[in-house]
Amino acid sequence: MTEELHVRAKSAVKKKAVFGEEIDFGLYKDNGILHDYMSSLEALSEAEKKDMLRAGVDASGQGRTGTYIQKDHSVIHSSVSQDGLEVISITEALEKYPWVRDYYWKNVAVDADMYTARAELHQEHGYFIRALPGVKTVYPVQACLYITQEGLIQDVHNIVIAEEGSELNIITGCTTGHGVESGMHIGVSEFYVKKNATISFTMVHNWAENVAVRPRTGATVEDGGAYLSNYICMKPVRSLQMYPTAILDGKSSLARFHSILVAQPGSHMDVGSRVILRGEQSRAEIIARSVTRGGYIMNRGHLLGEVAGAKGHLECRGLMLSPHGVIAAIPELEARAEGVELSHEAAVGKIAEEEIEYLMARGLSEEDATATIVRGFLNVKIMGLPPALEAEVQHAIEMSEQSGL
Amino acid sequence: MLDIADLHVDVDNKPILRGVNLHIKPGETHVLFGPNGSGKSTLIGAIMGFGRYRITSGKIVFKGMDVTSLSVHERAELGIGIAFQRPPVLRGVSLQDLLRISSASRDTNLEATAKELNLESFLPRDVNYGFSGGEVKRSEMLQLLAQDPDLVLLDEPESGVDLENIALIGQAINQLLQKDGLKGQERSRREIKTGRQKAGLIITHTGYILDYVPADVGHVLYEGKMSCSGINPRELLGCIHEMGYGECTKCVV
Repeated sequence: MTEELHVRAKSAVKKKAVFGEEIDFGLYKDNGILHDYMSSLEALSEAEKKDMLRAGVDASGQGRTGTYIQKDHSVIHSSVSQDGLEVISITEALEKYPWVRDYYWKNVAVDADMYTARAELHQEHGYFIRALPGVKTVYPVQACLYITQEGLIQDVHNIVIAEEGSELNIITGCTTGHGVESGMHIGVSEFYVKKNATISFTMVHNWAENVAVRPRTGATVEDGGAYLSNYICMKPVRSLQMYPTAILDGKSSLARFHSILVAQPGSHMDVGSRVILRGEQSRAEIIARSVTRGGYIMNRGHLLGEVAGAKGHLECRGLMLSPHGVIAAIPELEARAEGVELSHEAAVGKIAEEEIEYLMARGLSEEDATATIVRGFLNVKIMGLPPALEAEVQHAIEMSEQSGL
Repeated sequence: MLDIADLHVDVDNKPILRGVNLHIKPGETHVLFGPNGSGKSTLIGAIMGFGRYRITSGKIVFKGMDVTSLSVHERAELGIGIAFQRPPVLRGVSLQDLLRISSASRDTNLEATAKELNLESFLPRDVNYGFSGGEVKRSEMLQLLAQDPDLVLLDEPESGVDLENIALIGQAINQLLQKDGLKGQERSRREIKTGRQKAGLIITHTGYILDYVPADVGHVLYEGKMSCSGINPRELLGCIHEMGYGECTKCVV
């Protein structure tokens, strides 16, 4: 089977992705310096801790149930403090459990495009996170994918499994080290939400100006399960393209995608979310908030309803904060059965003068009024995170705002 | 407190105010009547300094300072405050946050005031999002009480509000204008009479708010000009009821 995957991957090494510019792998380094494993994160330098914190990953491990940290091509730490939870590298998981193969490349096709192909042929680890039946994470599990070498390409494959009735809360921070300007990250992520389980997955991207990023994500959700995805990218990134897809197979299953994007000058983001509603009474919600400060944002969204009673809503709002940026929105609704209910709303524009003047009449300067409105627009409250995590994500946003502007 | 001399204002390049004069002394409450489209909201907007009201000539002097070319926030800082007739919704900004920012340097007991205005449960909600007509107006009052301006501009504080809420809004206005207070914040008569410094300018169509807020001076704005200035507001309202606004043009000041 491994061989078959390799053959399929090899057949797709030149296959262009449907969206996004083609990335020339030749521009990046394949071989990075390897790093030693550390049993305690205290051994991280202060600078490294700070880099990680900006992506929502707390090296102290406080308020976290488990931690996985990958630096360049090396797994430098993985630990877990709650029974019934597993946080290890995918390499270790494949060795330890033969059945992990059953989940490998099931939600994402290995030959989808040149990036998935590369992830199979060049893979350097990734995480494996699993909650046993009925286990609920008290605090979130955190994972950090960290690039510290200039021009390095990092290819990871992650698998997350929430067994029946379990609840997994994960925050993943992807970030580059201080001083790193260029690099590439390919991340395949497969999520398996079993019966009545919930995965709440929050990803914070905190890249550098010349980094190219190609996440490839697929999720399947069984009866009564919920997949809640939050994505935040506010720092410059040269080229980002992703179109995560959730398949709602189960009855009364739910998928929710929330994204907050800020495009700095020179950034090019092509981000969509797709939900395929197959289960009876399945529900989906896609909410995107985009702000451009001079960069380009393409917002895609696709709701495909295949069964009567499926319901979905797509909302996309964009705010132009610069005369040079671009925000485009292409929401797609597709009903393939009678009784499917899908809706969307999209709006792109600048901040209403009336809102600024309202705040100015309360004594705020024009600058403060604008900042208040933008902060409100990018408010993570809409993500419905647990309070502690919400505060962390808000903090990460504020930190990346400070360092990015 | 406020001196407006020969004020001309355009909206979308159309002249709306054509030479308005208005003098409001500290402690006075003025009421502005006038038919739809006569320029009442334009006058209030121009006093606050909103961008769409372009002043073509004349000037606005507040506390002895020419504020004609100052920004909205500079005027707010000097002590002008406004209750919007139809304020915008601010998504992601809670009422609580807004109150915190707008009352940063002032010492007011906001929670108690919010409770008096039945707005306690609205504090964590996005400003004006999904608020009913009465809730919008009470939230405007709460924001103004936090801001505590010296000149209060009120654009139809009673429109879209039921009778019970009008009484509550009336109380809030009285508190703002140092006439009386919300429950628990009443003032002594003497304090009220001698210490009143706050001034107000109220736009009203119906005059209902005058049942709750005592006012000193009434004006009628008609086709961009003041007529009938300086008359007792209740008497003026009665006259308008009886004769219509057309009659007012006969007694241009």
